[in-house]
Amino acid sequence: MSDANLADVQADRSKMQISDTDVAIEISGMNKWYGDFHVLRDINLKVMRGERIVICGPSGSGKSTMIRCINRLEEHQKGRIVVDGIELTSDLKKIDEIRREVGMCFQHFNLFPHLTILENCTLAPIWVRKMPKKQAEEIAMHYLERVKIPEQANKYPGQLSGGQQQRVAIARSLCMNPKVMLFDEPTSALDPEMIKEVLDVMIGLAEEGMTMLCVTHEMGFARKVANRVIFMDQGQIVEQNEPEPFFTNPQHERTQLFLSQILNH
Amino acid sequence: MSDNSVAFVATSDKPQLPAPQGTTGAVGWVRQNLFSSSLNTVLTLLSIFVVFSVVPGIVDWAFVKSVWNANSLDECRQISDGACWAVVRERYNQFLFGFYPTELYWRPILAFVLLFVALVPALWDNMPGRGKALIFSMAYPFVAFYLIWGGFGGLEYVSSSQLGGLLLTMIIGVAGISFSLPIGIILALSRSSNLPIVKSLAVIFIEFIRGVPLITLLFVAHVLLNYFLPKGVNFDIVLRVVIMVTLFASAYMAEVIRGGLAALPKGQYEAADALGLGYWQSMRLIILPQALKISIPGIVNTFIGLFKDTTLVLIIGLMDPLGLVAPTLGDQRWNGIVVELYAFIAFMFFIFCFAMSRYSMYLERKLHTGHR
Ligand SMILES: Nc1ncnc2c1ncn2[C@@H]1O[C@H](COP(=O)(O)OP(=O)(O)OP(=O)(O)O)[C@@H](O)[C@H]1O
Ligand SMILES: [Mg+2]
Repeated sequence: MSDANLADVQADRSKMQISDTDVAIEISGMNKWYGDFHVLRDINLKVMRGERIVICGPSGSGKSTMIRCINRLEEHQKGRIVVDGIELTSDLKKIDEIRREVGMCFQHFNLFPHLTILENCTLAPIWVRKMPKKQAEEIAMHYLERVKIPEQANKYPGQLSGGQQQRVAIARSLCMNPKVMLFDEPTSALDPEMIKEVLDVMIGLAEEGMTMLCVTHEMGFARKVANRVIFMDQGQIVEQNEPEPFFTNPQHERTQLFLSQILNH
Repeated sequence: MSDNSVAFVATSDKPQLPAPQGTTGAVGWVRQNLFSSSLNTVLTLLSIFVVFSVVPGIVDWAFVKSVWNANSLDECRQISDGACWAVVRERYNQFLFGFYPTELYWRPILAFVLLFVALVPALWDNMPGRGKALIFSMAYPFVAFYLIWGGFGGLEYVSSSQLGGLLLTMIIGVAGISFSLPIGIILALSRSSNLPIVKSLAVIFIEFIRGVPLITLLFVAHVLLNYFLPKGVNFDIVLRVVIMVTLFASAYMAEVIRGGLAALPKGQYEAADALGLGYWQSMRLIILPQALKISIPGIVNTFIGLFKDTTLVLIIGLMDPLGLVAPTLGDQRWNGIVVELYAFIAFMFFIFCFAMSRYSMYLERKLHTGHR
């Protein structure tokens, strides 16, 4: 699928450092219900600093819900989530502390349409990190250059293409200097020709050692950068493995079915 | 599929041609907009007929044959059968200021001028030195209050019973407008919050106020409020009316703004949360700017409604412009003159309402930053 897209980006795995002692996120025995509906059942997941995890699974399997629990966009009812040493409870201070360290990119970008690209990027550093405006702007421009759209800084989101908007969304998260980045299907609302520009930015991030959790069906991306691929079905983690064995030799029959559907469509 | 006689593919570069005649420019516009179909043509001709049969008569009455110099309605009618504006000329002071002492007119006039000084920083968002100017805007209500009522610091006291005319309309309208917006915002936020007690208080307040006619509230302000207040507290009737009108408008305002809040995609709230913005920060920086922008037509609608509803105070005996019609008619000389007075009052209201409407259109255009 997008293997060809990514052929020119040689992600050198050896460059990416993973710590084997530092835990970035630890989820243990986590359960969540929507009313009576048991969406997440006993999720256990440990993410080390620098690890890049791709999460896939059929629609409705609870992928979004799981990563949204990590920054408390959804509340879990049972079990523990510890992010960067802080346990998520209903304590608002802790939640804010975690949100400051965890960046998130959404399927539909969710840029603020009433603010310019630059203002989108400087808003959180100025108001949450209390950074002087000048410094925030310098950092924002730095990241806008990283995602290759510094020239759009004074436009409004409505004037940008989807791919550009998603890159701005990534830059906006990076401006907070997060320790972990969450991606929820960042490319699935994009036209094919824009997917590559966004994936390139994400690959660059991975190479720099960013801890990433990424819900995506871009299997080429998973092969290139993931340390681990997680397959979810019906609210459970059914299988997890390194990309090569995961794709070539899936163990669980539901994984096999899913992969055959997604790879041969 | 591969039938060669059908040209699916352009074999040569086609030249760019001018648009067909009569589809662009003035002729094109008239054709497309006024005579595009037989129904449209009939409606256009009908409208032209109506305009031509009504407008000349009005112009004739209001301008050509009108009388400005006369001492009574009879004198007017002897001169011509046009509008007798002489009554306005004689009484405009009263319609503007009510029974405010003539030698103190400078005070409301100064307050009116300062109103614009206070409005500039509030309405013009990239004014140089806006921060300091806004302090004056905040202080304005107190300045205006002091100027109009006086009573200490060298300004002679003027009682509320002397206030009237457009001055009274402006006091109630401006105060109502400037307080109903913030109160409406708070109510809307409360009603859309997930704190059950705050939410139900907001719902009860809004539904109660909306379910009661404004006149009832004004009567409450006029008669009943004294029963509810602690003994000895007896505040001014104009102040009481302002409070009631403000509460009434803020209930409507809250619903208008809640519509704006609901129209925002959930992703905006989530993105703000995910960045670590607190509740008040995300409301102030992300949610309200967008929700208020969406609600501008409704907000201005409520403002204009409030401004015109101030005329209801005549029911409880306050002398707003409509309330002053009766004393004028009570004057022997002007007895029987009706249309001219109402036309003049309508004109005064129209100026203010039209200005608000234009400003809102300007604001909407300015805040348009493309689609999401
Ligand atoms: N707010 C909600 N209330 C009730 N049920 C919900 C809610 N949000 C999601 N669900 C349900 O929870 C399940 C998991 O949803 P989720 O969005 O996490 O799936 P997903 O794996 O991300 O799917 P997709 O690939 O379609 O994005 C679905 O069955 C969905 O219908
Ligand atoms: Mg999802």
